[in-house]
Amino acid sequence: MSETQSRAAPVSEAKVTVYRRMKDLPSTHLLGSGTAMCAGCGGLEALHEVYDVIGAKSIFINAAGCMTLLSVYPFTPFRGSWLYTAMASAPAGAQGVRDALDILKQKKRMPAEEDMEVVVLTGDGSAYGMGLSSTSGAMERGLDFLYLCYDNEGYGNTGQQFSGATPHAARTATSKGKHGFAGYKKDLFSIWAAHKPAYVATVIGAEPLDLARKIEKAKGLEGPRLIIAMAPCPTGWDFDPQITVEVGRLAVRTGVWPLKEYVDGKIVHTKVPHERVAVENYLKLQGRFRHLFEPHRDDAMLGEIQARVDAYWADVTA
Amino acid sequence: MSRTLLTGNGAAAWGARLARVDYVPAFPITPQTEIIETIAKWVDTGEMDARMVTLESEHSMITAAGAAAATGVRVFTATSSQGLLYGMEMLYSVAGWRAPFVLVNVSRGLSSPLTLEPDHNDILAARDSGCLQIHCSTCQEVFDSMLIAYRLAEDERVRLPVIVNLDGFYLSFTREPVELPDQESVRDYVGSYDPETTLFRASAPSSQGVAVLGGGPYSYFRYELHLAARNALRVYDQVAGEFAGRFGRAHRAVEAYRMEDADIAFVMIGSFATKARAAVDRLRDDGWRVGLVRPRLLRPFPAAHLQRLLAGKRGAAVIDQNLSMGLGGVLHSEVASALYGQDGAPPTLVSFVAGLGGRDIADEEFFEMAAVTKRAIDKDETPPPRLLYTEAELREVRKLQAIAHVEYEQLRGASGANEGWRR
Repeated sequence: MSETQSRAAPVSEAKVTVYRRMKDLPSTHLLGSGTAMCAGCGGLEALHEVYDVIGAKSIFINAAGCMTLLSVYPFTPFRGSWLYTAMASAPAGAQGVRDALDILKQKKRMPAEEDMEVVVLTGDGSAYGMGLSSTSGAMERGLDFLYLCYDNEGYGNTGQQFSGATPHAARTATSKGKHGFAGYKKDLFSIWAAHKPAYVATVIGAEPLDLARKIEKAKGLEGPRLIIAMAPCPTGWDFDPQITVEVGRLAVRTGVWPLKEYVDGKIVHTKVPHERVAVENYLKLQGRFRHLFEPHRDDAMLGEIQARVDAYWADVTA
Repeated sequence: MSRTLLTGNGAAAWGARLARVDYVPAFPITPQTEIIETIAKWVDTGEMDARMVTLESEHSMITAAGAAAATGVRVFTATSSQGLLYGMEMLYSVAGWRAPFVLVNVSRGLSSPLTLEPDHNDILAARDSGCLQIHCSTCQEVFDSMLIAYRLAEDERVRLPVIVNLDGFYLSFTREPVELPDQESVRDYVGSYDPETTLFRASAPSSQGVAVLGGGPYSYFRYELHLAARNALRVYDQVAGEFAGRFGRAHRAVEAYRMEDADIAFVMIGSFATKARAAVDRLRDDGWRVGLVRPRLLRPFPAAHLQRLLAGKRGAAVIDQNLSMGLGGVLHSEVASALYGQDGAPPTLVSFVAGLGGRDIADEEFFEMAAVTKRAIDKDETPPPRLLYTEAELREVRKLQAIAHVEYEQLRGASGANEGWRR
């Protein structure tokens, strides 16, 4: 059993911003506009918020996914740097960049102020599947990096085929049958946390204060820090782009997307929805679950989905 | 200068050490492992001021190598065979990043069937990746090529990864005396790595490996890659020439052995070419006018060197230690394309495939290949490609098959009337 890799950054370096209220959030936004992302993209919403906290002194290491199209020659919305790797190995790219920066500092070939936060940016397709091995390796080596996974619960960039992140019963381009996707969403949070990295958290763009606090906390730690941002996806989930925030809020209020963090060996729920809203209020906004309501209401399946959410929260003591 | 008994793997490790690499992303695979074990030891003892990281796969290893090189440090890495193929996606990618580093590939036959001994299908699978290739035939050459490779990779006219190839077992585990220059003279020759604008810095943000839309920009960057690789022909001659001047060992893009008055040339790459070289001497003793042409540089392809060396010859026997299924030898088709339509090109080009999975090529086989080529020249008829295999080898395989058959029958007998095990 390995020791926990959580180490607090030296106090002298820590410049902590406290986010108490919405108005504490950064008012200037760093990420440029006019990208190729879809209207109402919940992943881009989260990335905007994350980038405002991380800042431009960063390099994003990207794996194949929707956001690969953020940087299309000769444009980029980032004020900092970017390296596209491949679908499977963005964390290994982060390893190479982090190690090189450390070597350059150590050998005094680069002043310390030229250093950057190394951030892996991938979708769920890479994070839950093809890239899991390289993520595991990066954590086991205690790599000092941030990982932001925008999780839209399917291979969105190729037209929303189901992935390891797709929830039970969702219709996707490769699960169009009567009952939708037969599998269950993989618990990536627990898989990551099992590696005992410095930090793991779930966030969602619709809860910007919770998100900012977590990114700020992650910034102050050293070692592997991994964030899963649920990314409501108008195109893939089939809802009107203008209700992205509403879908996101409902994901939290119904308990479908628990906001939590793992730090120092403990899991803490940061926003426990008391009097959880019935899950069907979240599901019925999305075309991918329409078959649960039309032409006939599938009470059995709705009950099963609700029961699974209830069972999760029954175990939560916070 | 000192002469030390070193394996090919040891020579590669010494090359990395004296080139003062900063970073070594690694992953173990036979027969390359000794390289990273040697470097790991030096890093532990402080004899080598480098950071070494063991990744969880070659795909990640090559990603990390390219990413670190793109951030501005000198990188070395090594692999073999299945590992090279596992990392193949990234070989193509990192070449496009134009981030120079050196990768040693210790050639080993590819699965399946799974095997350990060498041939060149692994390295030839990387032929079109944009990584340059230098093929070695001795341990000294492995060491020397490492230094030349860094000069070539980092040259501003090139800026591409370079693969130094050596054959598993025959070079990787074979000890030969290797002359190691002192650190100072290597430092003078290789120099320090200046990444120029190939780097990531907080004050100078840049984007690498980005997507393009459409064939126009895509073609532009791919052509750039090709032109950089073509530049490497000239740069190679220059840096190898400088190496010869400084260290007294010439490593031309294409080695020619006893070619001046030869009628027939063997064309081969890698360590097995030393067998061809020995065969040339014996054939010469028997009155044959034969020689050997050995490309060291395979990418960029030294077509002009080959055209010049083979001009006026009556025939050439290209011996491929690889097999492109449904075509034949890869080197043969490359040599043919370089010679076709050229003034003085040998009218006869015969293809032989041999040495797969470390299979030996015996002296008498070189004699036979010379004889087949001579007959082809005399009859002015090019024979179909030959796959070298002896009756003795076939007999050995038949024995193995017989054993397999007996075992199979015995198992079936033991299961009696119940045939369930077969399903």
